[in-house]
Amino acid sequence: MKIGVCIKQVPARDAPLTIAEQGAWIREADIGFEMNEPDGYALEEALRLKEKHGGEVIVVSLGPERTKQTIKEALAKGADRAIHVVDADFYRLDPLASARSLAAVLRKESPDLVFTGLQSDDHGFGQTGVLLAELLGLPHSTIIMQIEVLDGKLKLKRELEAGWFQWMEVPVPAVLSIQSGINKPRYATLKGIMAAKKKPIESVERASLGLADEPTEKLERIYVPQKTKKTEFLTGSAKEVAEQLLEKLRHEARVLS
Amino acid sequence: MKILVVAEQRQGKWNPVSFETLVAAQQLAEKTSSELRVAVAGSDVAALADEIASKRVKEVLLLDHSLLEPYTADGFTAALRQAIEQSAPDLVLLPHTYQVRDFAPKLAASLGKGMIGDCVGYRYENDKLVLVRQMFQGRTNADVSFAGASPWFASFQAGAFRADQVADRAEGKAPVTKVALDLKPEQIRTKPLELFREAKQAVDLTQAPIIVSVGRGIKEQANIQIAEKLAKLLGGEIAASRPICDEGWLPMDRQIGSSGQTVAPKLYLALGISGAIQHVVGMKGSRTVVAINKDQNAPIFEVADYGIVGDLFEVVPALIAQLEGGAS
Repeated sequence: MKIGVCIKQVPARDAPLTIAEQGAWIREADIGFEMNEPDGYALEEALRLKEKHGGEVIVVSLGPERTKQTIKEALAKGADRAIHVVDADFYRLDPLASARSLAAVLRKESPDLVFTGLQSDDHGFGQTGVLLAELLGLPHSTIIMQIEVLDGKLKLKRELEAGWFQWMEVPVPAVLSIQSGINKPRYATLKGIMAAKKKPIESVERASLGLADEPTEKLERIYVPQKTKKTEFLTGSAKEVAEQLLEKLRHEARVLS
Repeated sequence: MKILVVAEQRQGKWNPVSFETLVAAQQLAEKTSSELRVAVAGSDVAALADEIASKRVKEVLLLDHSLLEPYTADGFTAALRQAIEQSAPDLVLLPHTYQVRDFAPKLAASLGKGMIGDCVGYRYENDKLVLVRQMFQGRTNADVSFAGASPWFASFQAGAFRADQVADRAEGKAPVTKVALDLKPEQIRTKPLELFREAKQAVDLTQAPIIVSVGRGIKEQANIQIAEKLAKLLGGEIAASRPICDEGWLPMDRQIGSSGQTVAPKLYLALGISGAIQHVVGMKGSRTVVAINKDQNAPIFEVADYGIVGDLFEVVPALIAQLEGGAS
């Protein structure tokens, strides 16, 4: 089975974010980047399917040069090869334009399955998988918690809201967006890291894909939200703040007796 | 402007977020003197269409077809696309539910359009609609506007508007128009099977008056016991954000947030929870929120009444010591 996995590189979870002067993105200098956590689950699921059923895992990523580092991590974990759609200004793309970029390179590969994570920790649109399905003309299913490979089709466990799940049958080829928590992503081994050095990364400039640049939306600016609730911060030693907090909860908020 | 709201039902019951989106649309329609329509899709849903016709809308579009039950992305995309082509709205607003996330980007893309998803509000200024959504896990907001020709698509997050502010129609009910749909079984490529619940919900967190909830800041499974001890001393229940349940450190039925339970206890103590929007939507109705977090910029403080910027492994034992001391 040939599986394409879309991965994104995002600011590290604990990275201090400051807003760039032009106001539509963050300052990238001095912060770390990592693989978007939900995509790590999608990659792991693809690797497990390959180990069980054979085939190939191709990682596809859109982003600036720095994205190579995350692509190498995916290769070290066991992906066979990678396609990097290079665009230094990727952050100004709307979800449809990003998906069109990924679809352009995935289409040439005709994979049996395309996996995405649930959403990205930066933009957080959570649309890429569903858009890829439309653009590639494939059926899709989202928020997948379990995959069983049957003859020519998949049996999937989908998560719904409020603790409900649903079984689904989806023909192959298909696009799936994988729910976080479906598996336990592996760490790259030293052997994997060494092996990754020989694995091919194909770089494609996004501008060379010949996509029409027709934005459907415009990110005007990003900013730190104004607080809607007034938070009273308690300060002092651990003992002091514990005392103050219990006092406030008992006599000010009156939620403890 | 012509606005269309897609109201969501599942098995004959409204998803209540639909009414929040309807409130957003009613307010925007009033501000912009727009025509507001609402679409209801499913099989045998005429009664629901009739019910929503009592709300302040110009017309209800009824998309009733046997192939729309059960829900599939292929079926809903095809049906709503036909409704949009017939009624030609400028703006299509949807509640940001799991179902909408599953089909709406596809619906928009099938018309060559984008969708501004998961919005928390909007502004209408200088004849321009600006949608507000969160980025970087709630650490920043973003103003996003539409580019290119309509129809434009947007979805609103649960809790962004108050469903109880929905306005009724002044006189009579709005006309319900049945949309002619051309759907064929072969258009639907996926096959939904049975719905089920994983485990009996051992604990109903919605009934707990006090909840102590842990997030990534708890660091490892063994540390959860201090939070459990605190919960016990306060007479509350232990709960967690999604990553903790994903790790298997607490069972899934203890999860608070968009994929878990939605709670509104009188006291919610968030320990080491950053406050990603998926978590906050499940607890922001709590009467009093206390957040303890090392990161003073953590978005959880946005919804906290009392904040402690510090190490939970120092503060929680101090709270336990005081509660135990007070009891003896």
